[in-house]
Amino acid sequence: MLNDSLSSNLEPVIKCESVFKIFGNNANKLLENSNGPISAEEFQKAGCIIGVNNASFEIHKGEMLVVMGLSGSGKSTLLRCISRLTDPTSGKIFIDGENLLEMNSKQLIELRRNKMGMVFQSFALLPHKTVLENIAFPLIIKGLPTDASISKAMEMVELVGLKGRENYFPRELSGGQQQRVGIARSLAVEPDIWFLDEPFSALDPLIRKEMQDEFLRLQDSLHKTIMFVTHDFDEALRLADRIAIMKDGIIEQLDTPDNIVLNPATEYVKKFTEDVPREKVLKIESIMTTYEPSMAGSNTVFKDAIIETVAESILDSKENLTVIDTEQQNKPVGILEPSKVIKVLFGK
Amino acid sequence: MFDVIKNSRQRQFIFLFFIFLILYFFIPKNENSYLWRLPPLLKNIPLMFNALLDNLMFNWFTIPIWDPDWQMYEDKTLFRIVTRSISNSVLFFIIFIREIFLGGYQTVSAVLGDGLTKTFSWLYLPALPWTAVVIGAALIGYKLEGIRLAVIAGIGFFYVSVFGQWEPSMQTLSLVLFTAPVCFILGLSLGIWGYLSKRVEAALQPILNVAQTMPHFSYLVPIVVLFGVGDHAGSIATIIFATPPMVRLTILGLKKISPEVIESGLMSGCNKFQLLFRVLIPTARRDILIGVNQVIMQCLAMTTIAAFIGAKGLGFNLKVALNSLKIGKAAEIGICVVIIAVVLDKLSLAWANKQKDYFANLSFFQRNRLSIFFIFLTIICSIVAVISSYYFPKGFNYLYLIPFNKGLTVSPILDAFVDWIWNTFFYYLNTFNIFLLTNVLGPMKQAYLNMPVVSTFVLFMGAGYIIGGIRSCLIVGSLILFIALSEYWDRTLITLYMATFAVGVSAISGIVVGSLCAQNEFASKSILSLCDFFQTFPSFIYLIPVILLFGITDTSVMIAAIVYASVPATRYTVEGLRSVPPSLHDAGSMSGVSKMQRWRLIDLPLALPHIMLGINQTVIFALMMIVLGALIGTEDLGQLIMGSLSRPNGAGIGFTLGIFISFICLAVDNLIRTWADERKKLLGIN
Repeated sequence: MLNDSLSSNLEPVIKCESVFKIFGNNANKLLENSNGPISAEEFQKAGCIIGVNNASFEIHKGEMLVVMGLSGSGKSTLLRCISRLTDPTSGKIFIDGENLLEMNSKQLIELRRNKMGMVFQSFALLPHKTVLENIAFPLIIKGLPTDASISKAMEMVELVGLKGRENYFPRELSGGQQQRVGIARSLAVEPDIWFLDEPFSALDPLIRKEMQDEFLRLQDSLHKTIMFVTHDFDEALRLADRIAIMKDGIIEQLDTPDNIVLNPATEYVKKFTEDVPREKVLKIESIMTTYEPSMAGSNTVFKDAIIETVAESILDSKENLTVIDTEQQNKPVGILEPSKVIKVLFGK
Repeated sequence: MFDVIKNSRQRQFIFLFFIFLILYFFIPKNENSYLWRLPPLLKNIPLMFNALLDNLMFNWFTIPIWDPDWQMYEDKTLFRIVTRSISNSVLFFIIFIREIFLGGYQTVSAVLGDGLTKTFSWLYLPALPWTAVVIGAALIGYKLEGIRLAVIAGIGFFYVSVFGQWEPSMQTLSLVLFTAPVCFILGLSLGIWGYLSKRVEAALQPILNVAQTMPHFSYLVPIVVLFGVGDHAGSIATIIFATPPMVRLTILGLKKISPEVIESGLMSGCNKFQLLFRVLIPTARRDILIGVNQVIMQCLAMTTIAAFIGAKGLGFNLKVALNSLKIGKAAEIGICVVIIAVVLDKLSLAWANKQKDYFANLSFFQRNRLSIFFIFLTIICSIVAVISSYYFPKGFNYLYLIPFNKGLTVSPILDAFVDWIWNTFFYYLNTFNIFLLTNVLGPMKQAYLNMPVVSTFVLFMGAGYIIGGIRSCLIVGSLILFIALSEYWDRTLITLYMATFAVGVSAISGIVVGSLCAQNEFASKSILSLCDFFQTFPSFIYLIPVILLFGITDTSVMIAAIVYASVPATRYTVEGLRSVPPSLHDAGSMSGVSKMQRWRLIDLPLALPHIMLGINQTVIFALMMIVLGALIGTEDLGQLIMGSLSRPNGAGIGFTLGIFISFICLAVDNLIRTWADERKKLLGIN
């Protein structure tokens, strides 16, 4: 992707190097004797429970990494290691090049007050404070004067569409509204890094869809660096720039949604991708062939269009289509044969 | 046969009871047999306690202190200096608050000194007229919540003033206004400490248990020895009694906070202090507020008891009225205590729930209109008071201060009513009373006294073993052993008999009433608020109507204990039954159960663990009331504890016997709690 090629030259915002989180007494001994990931039997023998097993990855500025896994896969633990709500057993984590694990509590507080925001599964709103006070909370904690905090919080209330309810208490709001407050609170200090721990899991399916759209809308204008945890594969596909699939603390595959659907790395990942309607996930670029002027047809299709949205017109077309890229002034970048689309739609 | 017993707990209990009966009937009554009574090996504990106190106060660590009056060094013990200075500081605060309420001129001269007030005669300020104080209370109520609280506060203070209880009420209030905040701060800090450190919590737990289950009377004498007699001693006794629930509720509330809320605080960048005061404590507010409510109630409940060691106020007057059997007067004063309790409770709750308005753009006058209103009305009231002094040239200025016992009173009417009841129902009441004493209580008491000590142990330790294994068995056994090795085993048996009877009746009535009320929403809510209402009464209030009906007998104490102890039994029954999931009711209905079957087969088994926790409370409540019953004369441990108040070396006996009562509670608590926890785990209720 374009973003990748541009930003890979820059320093990553979040960088993890073989992060381990092991619960139990013999954790350190276990780590000393091993190199790379540790197998499940070894953990069982040592009487330890694995949270995160040798996780290494980078997240770049403006990128959204979705960590997907079933319950107990260690995805929330990984998130908490990176926000340092729990201390990893070993490994290195860098935030904007600074070593997170070597920060003292004062530096950590500074980092959280200015750079990080987090949204929680169960909303985690303070029950005794109103919507407005909840959103203003991080600002007041930071030491901003009350007036400034409240007016900033009021902006956030409008941003998440809760105007008119700012004096409600959390218990008076629906789940979706409560999570809007959670989102507004996490954004109030204008953080660079945004952590979301299963933010929509506690919501009804319809509300969840609505909140996802809302979330994408926000991200479109805010461009935060995001780490998003979910157990819902469809949600991951919908939102992610890249997806990390976790099982038993190990990251099984970390790739773009297209690549995961097309080339699942392990049997485990394959189980998720099997039932995914590909036409709803894949973009044209993932099934096109390289551009060759001789084969190009007169009809064009955009490179990042989702197949489903353009399938009908492609199938109507008798000849090959030219794939063009809007970001490069509609320069042709590939060729698409209509039969490929049929394969995606009905093939295996 | 043993296999069957091994597998069924019910049969284990039957088997245990069978052994108990065999031992009961076959162990001969022989004063020299250890099977009958254990030797009083521990009879020296009270003496040792006395010696310890004595040593601390008069011998240990003496330091010479210059005495300016005698122009010489005097040896004083460190401990005594410490306790006396605590006494003096406590007394200072109480008197200081009291001055503000009752003072006027006195307050000014207390602050500025006599010299100034004598020079400038305009400093000779009168105290606020009672009318102004009533308005002030109503305005505070209005500001905190609204018109409803204003009416409650206003009427409350109006009653107190008009019925001539102003002065003692303010004395009591000043005691409470010092003691309650101290309990709150102390309890909150200890609770937070216990929450932060597991070790501290483990250390606090037994201390809290003993402090909460020990009857108030038993630590009065030690306190008098340590701190002297007076308001401060009453305050300190109250602090010991009222702090534990605060600690407990603080720990409970903090533990209930979901980890995500704490994480959200951390991610907002809270440091430790901000996390504690902005996130943890406010989030646990519900439980902490219940703690505050408990503290206020306990403080007012202690007023009469504190009167035994010299605290002034309503409690003292109530005690005098009860002692001279002026039922009408006692009832009036009792109502004052209840009113102060209710008003303080509501005000503190409203204050904690007060919301802040960030967008109100108010002018100075709008923001302070209530204060301005108050000052204005105070001036008017004062003018009225001055004018009225011409109307009441001799005697009392009723629009300024209604002196003690010179206000309105309905006590003649109440007394007449009491007389009428006595004259009309005496025969029936007395017949009932005598029937109960001769046919139920008397034989029961004899049966308890005829119980060999070994069979008692078998019963308790066996129950412990069946319920909680060897651990519970040993805990319960050692708690009781401590009592059995003293000289007071027979007295303890009398206490036990009263407690068993009271708890039995309360439990049955509580479960029956609770079950009936739990059948519908409205009745449940009503009975729960009725329970709340009854719990705001300080415990001794219950004694007033029963003396009125049954005179000074065991029956009175018993009935007071039953009424008082039924409250938790009822409350827990309703709560337990209401928490049974409705889906289970539906499942039951679809299986075609009748209402009775549903109650017996679905509701009761599921609610029983919670109900048993209520019974646990019932035991503590009943024992408290039985000991308190010594106020009107019984012959159990309570009477000895009361007696120790007037004995020169009573500290040791009072304290030891208090510990005994506490141990009985703890033994029962261990059995019930172990059972309920296990049962809850089994049923998957948390």
